[in-house]
Formats: sequence, C-alpha cells, structure tokens
Amino acid sequence: MTGVTAAAPQRQRGVGTEPVLTVRGLEKHFPIKGGGLIRRTVGQIKAVDGIDLDLYPGETLGLVGESGCGKSTTGRAILNLQPATAGSVKYNGRELTDLNRAKMRPLRREIQIVFQDPYASLNPRLPVLDIVGEPLIIHKVVPKAQLRERVNELLQTVGLNPEHNNRYPHEFSGGQRQRIGIARALALNPKVLILDEPVSALDVSIQAGVVNLLEDLRDQLGLSYLFIAHDLSVVRHTSDRVAVMYLGKIVETADTEDLFDRPAHPYTQALLSAIPIPDPQRERRRKRILLTGDVPSPANPPSGCRFRTRCPKFANELTDDQREKCINEDPPLIDRGNGHPAACHYAEALTLL
Amino acid sequence: MATLIDSAAEPASTSTDAVLEIDDLNVRFPTEDGVVHAVRGVSFSLRPGEVLGIVGESGSGKSVTSMAVMGLLPGSANITGSVRFRGRELLGLKDQQMSSVRGKSVAMVFQDPMTSLDPVYKIGNQIAETVRQHDKSISRAGARARAIDLLKLVGIPNAAGRIDAYPHEFSGGMRQRVVIAIAIANQPEVIIADEPTTALDVTVQAQVLEVLKTAQDETGAATVLITHDLGVVAGMVDRVLVMYAGRAVEKGTVDDVFYRPKMPYSIGLLGSMPRIDAGDRQRLTPIKGSPPSLINPPPGCPFGPRCPLHYAKCDEQEPDLYEVEGPRHTAACIRVNELVEADVSAEDIFSDDSSDTTLAAAAAVGESALAEQGVGDAAAETGGVPTEPPPIPGVDHTARHDQHEERA
Repeated sequence: MTGVTAAAPQRQRGVGTEPVLTVRGLEKHFPIKGGGLIRRTVGQIKAVDGIDLDLYPGETLGLVGESGCGKSTTGRAILNLQPATAGSVKYNGRELTDLNRAKMRPLRREIQIVFQDPYASLNPRLPVLDIVGEPLIIHKVVPKAQLRERVNELLQTVGLNPEHNNRYPHEFSGGQRQRIGIARALALNPKVLILDEPVSALDVSIQAGVVNLLEDLRDQLGLSYLFIAHDLSVVRHTSDRVAVMYLGKIVETADTEDLFDRPAHPYTQALLSAIPIPDPQRERRRKRILLTGDVPSPANPPSGCRFRTRCPKFANELTDDQREKCINEDPPLIDRGNGHPAACHYAEALTLL
Repeated sequence: MATLIDSAAEPASTSTDAVLEIDDLNVRFPTEDGVVHAVRGVSFSLRPGEVLGIVGESGSGKSVTSMAVMGLLPGSANITGSVRFRGRELLGLKDQQMSSVRGKSVAMVFQDPMTSLDPVYKIGNQIAETVRQHDKSISRAGARARAIDLLKLVGIPNAAGRIDAYPHEFSGGMRQRVVIAIAIANQPEVIIADEPTTALDVTVQAQVLEVLKTAQDETGAATVLITHDLGVVAGMVDRVLVMYAGRAVEKGTVDDVFYRPKMPYSIGLLGSMPRIDAGDRQRLTPIKGSPPSLINPPPGCPFGPRCPLHYAKCDEQEPDLYEVEGPRHTAACIRVNELVEADVSAEDIFSDDSSDTTLAAAAAVGESALAEQGVGDAAAETGGVPTEPPPIPGVDHTARHDQHEERA
C-alpha cells in the first residue's frame, strides 16, 4: 500500500451528484422508566431530535460534538441498529427506517460500521481469519475455498501482514485491532462506512496511521464516510464537510475550511477556541471563549435555543429584547449571510484560528 | 557539544533551590511473566512556581512516576533512586510519615474525577477533612468556612449551598474542580496533576485548565502536569519531559521541545498530531509499530525498532541524554548532532505510508516497513537492521562518520 500521490484522481463529490445517504428529520428518543412495580414511561431522553444530513458519494462528512450530544445514536439510528423514533433515512432513494431485520440484511452489505473501541468490538475467541471472514460467510459472497484468499487480500488492504490471519485479537496492538475492524467492515465491499470515533481510543502516533489508512481506502475504493468524532482536529484533517451537534440537534454545518475559518454559531466558536494547539507561542497568545456550566439534560432541554443556557453571546452581548427570541423561538438551521447554515438567530462569523 | 550529562549532576543552580528533586528513579513490578521495568532512571528537578509537563503515550511510565513520588504504589513495587522534597528523602518513608507529606507538601489531582472522590461523603466534609488532617488547630466551623472559600476559588457557583452535596450530584467538570480544591486546601508546594482533563470534554477541559492556573497562581506551587495531549502541554508548562518506554528521552523548555525537537520519537509524536490550525490537509506522519514490552527489554535504544534512523549501533547500548545546544535541552539519541545540523521535520524522516505490519510482540522488526522507506539494502544483510546509518536529509554523511566512533 503506497500513499496517494498528487497524481491520484481527485475525489468527486458535490455539484450534480445525488447523495448516497439522505437523512431527514431523524429523531431517536429513549423512554425514561419510572420506579415501582409497573414501570411506566415518565419522560423521554431526546438523544437525537430532528436532524438532516446528506452524504455524497466519495466524501467524508464529519459529525462532531461533545459526549451525550447524540452523534453516536445518530450513526446507529441510520444503520437501523436502534430503530429511529421518527424521520427518514434513505440510502440511494430507498427508505431504511421501516425495514425489519431480514429486509435490512441485504442492505448491510452496502452500509457498514467501524466501532470506537477496538478492544471490545472484536471477539477475543476468534482468530482474525474468522472475524474478517464472518460477514463473507453470512452473506454467502465468497465460496468457502476462496475465503482465506479474500481475507488475506483484505488484511493486506488495511496494511496488516496476511500471515498473521491465524492470530487472535490479543496478539495485536490497538492500532492493528482497529485495522482488523476496518477490514471486517470492508469485507462486503460497502459503499458507505459509518466510522464511530474510529481513532479516539488510540495513541496519537498510532492514530495517524489509521487516519491515513482511512483516507487511502476512501480514495481507492470510492467510499463515503460518516465520520463521527469529538476531536475537531481529526475532523478537520479527514472531512470534506462538517456538521456540529449540540444536545440532539445540528447547530452548524459547512465545508470544512469554511467552518474552521468562519465559525458562525457561538457553540462552534467556543468549541474551536477550547481546543489546545500544540504550538506554545500561539497557545500563550490565544484567547479562549469559556463556556459556563454544563450541558443540560436531553430529557428536558431548554426552550427556544438549546444552547442559550451556556451561550456567551446570550449572556454578554444581547439585549433583553433580543434574548426573548432565543428563549421563545427555536432557531432554524439556515444561512444568515455567513456563507453556510447556522442555527443561531444572531449568527455572526468570527475568525478564531 | 556532545558532552554526556551525568544524570546525578543536573545544573548545580537548580539543585540548591529545587522543591522537588527526582534522581535516577526506577520502578520495577514483579509479575508472572517477569519483572516489568516501568520507570527506568528518570531524573528531574522542579523549582518553586515552575510548571513541568511530562508527556508520553499510554504505558510510557508517566503515571507510575507520579505515583512513586506520592508513595502510592503497591507494596510489591520495587522502587530505587531518590525523591527529595526540599532536601528530605521521601522514598523509604513509612506510610504514616508519608501521610503528613501527602496533601500538605505535595498534593495530587487524579485523572478520573468520578472515582477520586468518595461517593458516600458530602464534598464539604471531604475538603474539610483534608484541611483538619494537616492542621488540627482549625475548628470544624473554620474548616467548613475554608471549604466554602476553596469551592468559590475553583469556580463552583453557589458554593455555600453546594457544600453539602454528594459527588454524584456534580458533573465531571465540577467534580474535577472539587478535586483541585482538595489538592490546594493546604497550600502545597508541589501539585502533581495526572491527566487532569483527559476524562473531560474539550469545553470543560478549557474551564478546568483555567481553574488549575488559578489554583497555581493562588498557591504559588510548582506543578507537574502529566498528559498525553501535546496541546494541553503547549499552553500550560515552562519545561517539558518526553517519556518513552519508561525513560526520559527528551527534556527542554517547552519552546525547545516543540519547535526544535531532537529525539526522533518527539519529532514523530509532534508530526503525527492532526492540528486544528493546519489549513491544508497534508498527510499525517505516523510512527510505525508500537511501544516495546517493558519485560526484559533488549539492549539499545527502546525506540529503535520504530525509528526510521535506526541502525546497528543503536542496538548496542541505550543512549544517554545528550546536550542539544546547551545543557537545558537534552535528547536521548546517538545521532543528535546530525539532527541538530539537519534541523529535520517529521515528514523528512518518517514515511506517511498507512500500513502497519510491525507486530508488537514479534522480535523481528518489520522488514517490509524498513524496505519501503528505502533502507532495504543494508537491512537485508543483518536481518532487518541496517549496518550503516540511514541518511538524514540535509546532512553531509561522508563528513559525519567519525562522529559516531567518538561518541561511543
């Protein structure tokens, strides 16, 4: 596997092409059960509360947010691993949310997932050959005689030595285990990969190799990625477009460069300013936008704009009249003259980096 | 320039007024598989008010170092060397004697605020306990008032009302503030913060780092900040110590280590970080393979098997810390002079290839990885390790050769 050179064909995406994956109004609510003998539902955790996404062929869409914002639940609801409460997910025009397990199964060849924790997502009792070969057997895509050959090919694709196909997961390092997880996801030649924090559990020196691998695979195999992460530096590095989530909703979405150069939503701005840069002089000069308080409970989100309870703009800049609007009206995700949509009534692009 | 620094003789000026001095600290854990040598000869000293960052990846020995200083390692651990607080030796003290040091002279902030507070006691009592433990003359009411002050200092809103809350009523960031309040309760002279923000989200991390700075200003304590996040280190510390496989492999001021790293591991670590301020999407430069096992490590440089500049001489002896343009910046690499001359970046020496065929446990160093980097010819003869030093871009190698002889 060599790196992608400048001569490699540019990835095609965007204008004129149809999205492979379209998400509209996706909601996933989890019931809160009361105590007592009859466990009645006493409330709803609105983990995902109405989000729209489009994923175009060959692109990487980054979905970022802090713990509990609903980004992983979004990934799982798209795959129908946790059935959505409402909304629609279309893969190449085909609705996924109303499919049962059996009908979903053939589509699983097309959309695969890579999990966060490479220690928990591989069966410790199976050798690599069986782990990577399992999807091939279940979907009956490769005759038994050629199974070993195909698995070795996959291992080579993800930069592992095929001679190690009879080893068990514990014999591999974290980075290598994540590569096994990627090989398993690639086994059925999917078109779309949902990467749920694929490098969060890895040390930086190892994370870099996996990030490069994912980029190479996307370019060579023409994959589309939904890249779920909390680390904005990784997202800046890997994604073509980024959607920022807060408390179950997307608050800002833009092309990567645009989002990092001109963030318009106060939450995105705070998030960007909070990320430390490994550059001592810049870091000493930087001014941070510090948020107060913690993320409110998704069971009982604030009225109007969900971010207003922690919003520095709401607290310091707005007049009482302007605040009324934040309290009473949920800001739609639209472009307010900043070049990309942001869900803030008073969105205003800033340069932070 | 190539003078070897004796680890026992750090620049003399520091050893006189240092609050904390660590000398040749070694920690060994006996296990069923053999002795794990987790910390191997770490030395550093800390002046009053100074902030030292210790960085390294999982398993590099940074936390074990801090636990050894605090005397918190299990009895089975074999600790040698010296840890001196204001000239007083701490290693070998009885647990009871250590109790008067811990929290009073040297305080600690742990990584996980979910587990470092006792869930069955109110946070006010936990802070007051720390205060009264070291100063029995303070009344209960006085300790409680002090606890409220401390909570205010670390930015807990409505401190007087929250003092009787239990830890589970606080969020992660708030709990970490409480832990910091406990750490500074007795005006310690040294605070050791072991990954204080790793378990927190970035916006909360920013808040807690601010609190840590406030706490440091308030107490004037020297601080050891242990973290794997190079970004956190960049903004917080004066000096940096990079650890790899239980050893300090590079030491220097934060600017030296970040702008002029001279140990290939530090160079690689900085190059492998995706940066939020990097506009163009250049490829990251990963470090191949994974850290070595610390059970019976082979002789030679522990980073050798992952190092693109590795050759036979590297395996003969573990490199000491050599001076890089002055005694304040040191790096553990026998090729440090060449690296100083070439002033290389990570892209120059590390390949950005995305494969990873080197097995952690396997003794054979990934031949394929080396071959891909264009050093295959020499590698073939000696079973993976080139006999001649792989070239560094920007160095005239014909002139350099005698340097190595002299160094050995």
